[in-house]
Amino acid sequence: MAREDYEVVIGLEVHAELSTKTKIFCSCSTEFGGEPNTHCCPVCMGMPGALPVLNEKVVEYAVKAGLATNCEISRDSKNDRKNYFYPDTPKAYQISQFDKPLCERGYVEIETENGKKKIGLTRIHIEDDAGKLNHDDYGRGSLVDLNRAGVPLIEIVSEPDLRSADETDKYLKKLKSILEYIEVSDCKMQEGSLRADVNVSVRKKGEEKLGTRTEMKNMNSFKSITRAIEYEVERQIDVIEKGGKIEQETLRWDEVSGKTFSMRDKEDAQDYRYFPEPDLVAIRLSDEYIENIRKNLPELPESRKARYLEEYNLTEKEARTITASKYLSEFFEKASKISGNPKAVCNWLLSDVARILNENEEEPEAIPFLPEDLAELVMLIEKGTISSKIAKDVLEKMFENPGKKPSKIIEENGWVQISDEGAIKEIVDKIVANNPQSIIDYKAGKDKALGFLIGLAMKETKGKANPQMLNKMFLDAMKD
Amino acid sequence: MNITELTVHELREKLDKKELTSEEITKAYVDRINDKEKDINAFVTTTLDEALNKAKEIDKEKNSEKLENSYAGIPLGIKDNMCTKGVKTTCSSRMLENFIAPYDATVVNKLVNEENLISLGKLNMDEFAMGSSTETSYFKKTKNPWDLSRVPGGSSGGSAAAVAANMVPWALGSDTGGSIRQPASLCGVVGLKPTYGLVSRYGLVAFASSLDQIGPITKDVEDSAILLSLIAGHDEKDSTSANVPKKDYTKNLKKDIKGLKIGVPKEFFGDGINKDVKEALEKAIEVYKELGAEIGEISIDVAEYALATYYIIACAEASSNLGRFDGIRYGHRAKDFENLKDLYKNSRSEGFGAEVKRRIILGTYVLSAGYYDAYYKKAQKVRTLVQNEFSRGFERYDVLLTPTSPITAFKFGEKTENPLEMYLSDICTVSVNIAGLPRNISSLRSR
Repeated sequence: MAREDYEVVIGLEVHAELSTKTKIFCSCSTEFGGEPNTHCCPVCMGMPGALPVLNEKVVEYAVKAGLATNCEISRDSKNDRKNYFYPDTPKAYQISQFDKPLCERGYVEIETENGKKKIGLTRIHIEDDAGKLNHDDYGRGSLVDLNRAGVPLIEIVSEPDLRSADETDKYLKKLKSILEYIEVSDCKMQEGSLRADVNVSVRKKGEEKLGTRTEMKNMNSFKSITRAIEYEVERQIDVIEKGGKIEQETLRWDEVSGKTFSMRDKEDAQDYRYFPEPDLVAIRLSDEYIENIRKNLPELPESRKARYLEEYNLTEKEARTITASKYLSEFFEKASKISGNPKAVCNWLLSDVARILNENEEEPEAIPFLPEDLAELVMLIEKGTISSKIAKDVLEKMFENPGKKPSKIIEENGWVQISDEGAIKEIVDKIVANNPQSIIDYKAGKDKALGFLIGLAMKETKGKANPQMLNKMFLDAMKD
Repeated sequence: MNITELTVHELREKLDKKELTSEEITKAYVDRINDKEKDINAFVTTTLDEALNKAKEIDKEKNSEKLENSYAGIPLGIKDNMCTKGVKTTCSSRMLENFIAPYDATVVNKLVNEENLISLGKLNMDEFAMGSSTETSYFKKTKNPWDLSRVPGGSSGGSAAAVAANMVPWALGSDTGGSIRQPASLCGVVGLKPTYGLVSRYGLVAFASSLDQIGPITKDVEDSAILLSLIAGHDEKDSTSANVPKKDYTKNLKKDIKGLKIGVPKEFFGDGINKDVKEALEKAIEVYKELGAEIGEISIDVAEYALATYYIIACAEASSNLGRFDGIRYGHRAKDFENLKDLYKNSRSEGFGAEVKRRIILGTYVLSAGYYDAYYKKAQKVRTLVQNEFSRGFERYDVLLTPTSPITAFKFGEKTENPLEMYLSDICTVSVNIAGLPRNISSLRSR
């Protein structure tokens, strides 16, 4: 059978670290980094006799995430222990949620080639993160750092509704943007605060039954998730085509070789022996509590997009791209307010700024200047202080010299546009005198000739001449 | 006057009247411990020099506003499963032989740091509180002060024996299925298991979290009421501690009991109950009758299932609670290991004794996929039935009266060969933990 005869089925388990100030079951700091084992106490180190106390903010953040993804919020929820041995898990169990998660049955909407599509969410539950193993440089073993142990996580489990790597990418980006908008997670993938377990299976088109799935754990970049899915789909189809069977297993994605490898662990069939956490009491939420959180939910990407169409007159695509990132959209709004020219700000952000970020594989958060600076750039063009061509050079310099104002860059480089009528007239007269053929051509109806003359003037002034004035003066000169 | 024979409320009176100093009291206990410990083996760790130093300091400040008219300066013994900052907390296990907790349990903080009681040391117990005779201790066998060939009961055997032998004026024990009441009974002292949630468990090394409760072991009922008043109360570090107003439990002690309705559950007087125990209870019932109480028989027929339910729930929780003893961060680590799995296996094999292993295995089994519903889930259902049945009992009666132990103190080694027989020692006490009830045992002291 051909590749097109297979349908790809993908489901995600996304772990997002919540941005609460303190850990889920003690009052230690959740700050990333720090000397090993300095953000720890008897509770998060799993000392004998220490007991967990649930951080109420964690419940609030999880409910926020549930409401923002259209989930039903459980009025009656609880914590459960998931038992397993590993050195990064100091209690030898994770406190998670088993049969009564905080949020259930939600969805997230994505835009596909065939229009909008709802991706179902099975559940969102709360749990504690594990510590980190640092493998000793001298090969003497591994050292345990428990700073991350007890950092709150939400696990967002999707239905197997995704049908391609592209849909998965869109779903994950949408989820990330929602979590950022409601400010429950900073979603820094490189710091591991957003990571996904990706479940992939294939089946023949039209078949009801799901194929056997494989799972790739702890993926933390959009690019590798896309690559890994594409590889794994091909691999599975290849196995089936050759008459083989897919084994249900956990795979490791290797970024360098671009392949997945089996993590053959003898204890693959882990029995976590879930049971209700006896050290904690049930989580009971009132309707009032939930409604209060719902009322105070910040604007979500969808409604912000709608507002941009109306308020800033952006196109659907522009609004969607800008609002996909909370940081970018806030940057946009600020720069628009200062400059009074949202269209220009949007253009700069989606063209040149986006291009430079892309070249460096960076997110909008990496823009090294302030919205005020971009607004200044836009206003300088409007005022005619610089041409939009020069402005592109200014932007490059703004990326190269973080913190340097556009006006300062222009001044230092002598890029101020020549708008002095006398000076321009002098250049125009000289060029007209030296290019009689072009004048004839223009008068004969060859509009291109005007462009040629303006080009010459620009060359003469190193691009600094005011293009509108040049245009007008050449026309005036040729009328004579 | 023999200081070590006095109750705490008597000591307090003499302290207040300046007839005794803390140093004199503490010195008397230090001498007594030095004299008796070799016979009784009640302590895992003693802190006698520290105790004497603290006593001297308290005497110096006893007239201050803070310490005047308080229990400051009165000694205390602590079961070795409550964390004490700077002093070993071993749970009588090789696993924690050299473990020093970096923090104080809430009860220790309240009694030692806030009330300025003086700890004489840490008392022996069954390993991780698993046992009914203190014989599973890795370190020593504590003896029953009344007959050194017999066990003191357990798991708080060190605490009960120390109080009975006048080596401490009072002690803290912990009770998961009878571990305060049964040794108190076997040693002829007073033991009280408070209602679950009344006393903070923060810093109590967990055996079975939904059943464990810290409580007093004392020479008389008044002392138990005093100690309970000092340790009870909500603790924000323990989510399962009840948020109820603080009470003085001594307030109603001396009221008469005319008209008090006492229920006697007939299931607790069945075949397994020893003749002496039965007779003592019948005698007690007569005393209550004479004092004007109304006695009536009731039936708690699910009590029959309480023991099985208890061992399923307690072992399940224990198997998870004891996972953290893996040789990685603290506790015993095997010298020889090839890889991580070996490190776990060898450390735990060497660090835990047979009874602890038995319960971890049992608990792991009942939580396993495929068995969970049949054992753990069913046990939780029976637990609800037991709770309901006791609640019904309390609709008709103010209190229930049962034996604590079906038998009197037994000889060393008598039940160690047969774990099931040992488990039967808890048959009268476990249903109360399962139901989360309060419970008081008092024995008539007859020296």
